[in-house]
Amino acid sequence: MLVLVALPMVMRNPYYLGIMVFMGIYSLITIGLSLLMGYAGQISLGHAAFFATGAYTSGILTTKAHLSPLPAFLAAIVLTACIAFLIGIPTLRLKGHYLAMATLGFGQIVYVALNASVDFTGGPSGFGEIPRIALGNLVVESQLARYCLVWALVVIVLLFSLNLIHSRVGRALRSIHSSELAANAMGVNTSKYKIQVFVLSAIYASIAGSLYAHFVTFISPGSFDLEFSILLVTMVVVGGMANVWGALLGTVLLTLLPEFLRGFKDYDILIYGSTLLLIMIFMPEGLFGLVKKLRSVRGRM
Amino acid sequence: MEPILEAINLSKRFGGLVAVSDVSLKVETGEIKAIIGPNGAGKTTIFNAITGVDPPTAGEIRFKGQKLNGLKPYEIASQGISRTFQNVELFDNMSVLENVMVGRHPRTFSGLLSAVFHLPKAIAEEKAIRDDAMERLAFVGLSSSAQELASKLPFGQQRVLELARAWATDPELLLLDEPAAGLNSHEATVLADLILKIREKGTTILLVEHDMELVMDISDEIIVLNYGKKIAEGKPEEIQDNQEVIKAYLGEDFKGR
Repeated sequence: MLVLVALPMVMRNPYYLGIMVFMGIYSLITIGLSLLMGYAGQISLGHAAFFATGAYTSGILTTKAHLSPLPAFLAAIVLTACIAFLIGIPTLRLKGHYLAMATLGFGQIVYVALNASVDFTGGPSGFGEIPRIALGNLVVESQLARYCLVWALVVIVLLFSLNLIHSRVGRALRSIHSSELAANAMGVNTSKYKIQVFVLSAIYASIAGSLYAHFVTFISPGSFDLEFSILLVTMVVVGGMANVWGALLGTVLLTLLPEFLRGFKDYDILIYGSTLLLIMIFMPEGLFGLVKKLRSVRGRM
Repeated sequence: MEPILEAINLSKRFGGLVAVSDVSLKVETGEIKAIIGPNGAGKTTIFNAITGVDPPTAGEIRFKGQKLNGLKPYEIASQGISRTFQNVELFDNMSVLENVMVGRHPRTFSGLLSAVFHLPKAIAEEKAIRDDAMERLAFVGLSSSAQELASKLPFGQQRVLELARAWATDPELLLLDEPAAGLNSHEATVLADLILKIREKGTTILLVEHDMELVMDISDEIIVLNYGKKIAEGKPEEIQDNQEVIKAYLGEDFKGR
């Protein structure tokens, strides 16, 4: 928390603040993905599609229907939740690789649809002039204002998620991850909770998408492709699936890493890839697993 | 009185294999009933049919007079039937306490929204769940391991924990699938005492078990299955003297013990 408040005071450079803004947007999605993957044990390779639904709904409603950002933002949440619910019912019956394939397929369908429906979405070249978010006379235009808005939302979403984890429903989700057979025998309606957490994580992605649309003011399908879905999953896995803080750590690392590696020019991809590889080999529980180990070592000393 | 559980002409086929053939059974309220028989006799298949994990091919299952056929496993659990598993199915990634807390699931109500917004109702319920689970751990003698990971417990205690978790659902009928398998004789005695104590608290028990000493000690009634068919039913002493049971399962050693 303190770091969040202190950071913009030290860091005046809008370029760095801009990176922090994106880090916040990604965090909104990865926190939800961590609930879905790390706690409930259900993988999704299609979350870019929910991010896109949020972004396009906000974008289209504010430019073409001239709605103000807030109602558009809420409409995006409702629409994304409905889509996630409908997609979730058949796909969450699947397990493991099959679920991954099904969500991947869904992501691709949305991606193709965004490219194809030119009248509506502007097709491959997208559309712009999406208005900025304004609260009364206060327009969220500077990087600092964006930073404050997105990280305030991250904190709220994080609190919601922590509440959820330490609750009856959170336990039910973890029990599903561990043994669906036993969870059922304990009266846990496994399909209901899987769908609920899927919808919740989709809503988080939709919120991130709406912010993205209003911040960047221009959207095109390129930002919502499979590669982005995979990046999100990678962030969660590298950070440590078993914990939302892990998801945050992973997001921070994978947002900053490419920036640090710029100095290495052509070798950046190589170093980026090897870093991921090394983390996965030596820290199978992700960065958070390492943090936990260090903490228990210090506890023993 | 109406039996708490009644299975009528239960059959289960897996392709060409008949695992259970036309078995009828009744469990009276308050009794401890055992199903015994050689491996592959269809004992676990009957448990899976009752709990909805693997519905029967034919036949009807009634719980307190209500038909269970067609209900999902979680619905059956919520109605008051809980179970343990032959190969312990604990939530390995959760603490001992949390495992028992999941057992409170069907008796509690807080949903996703009240959890997310941390509503007072949910907080109060969470405390009640924790207190109740702690009491049950004390009852089964696992209090000191409450915060440990379930997977870190020695195997004998894992069996006890699984029993505590199932009992935490406040079941009217508890199905125990080989609760003593893999336990040494001391651990088996401790477990038998625990089963008797849980019965005293008002839970009816149906168990599948190979440990004949345990079965003969605690059961009021025994059903013997062989090749998916019921070959005998009666009190422990009657079963011990039944020629067909001795031939199919018990062996001569057990006669007139």
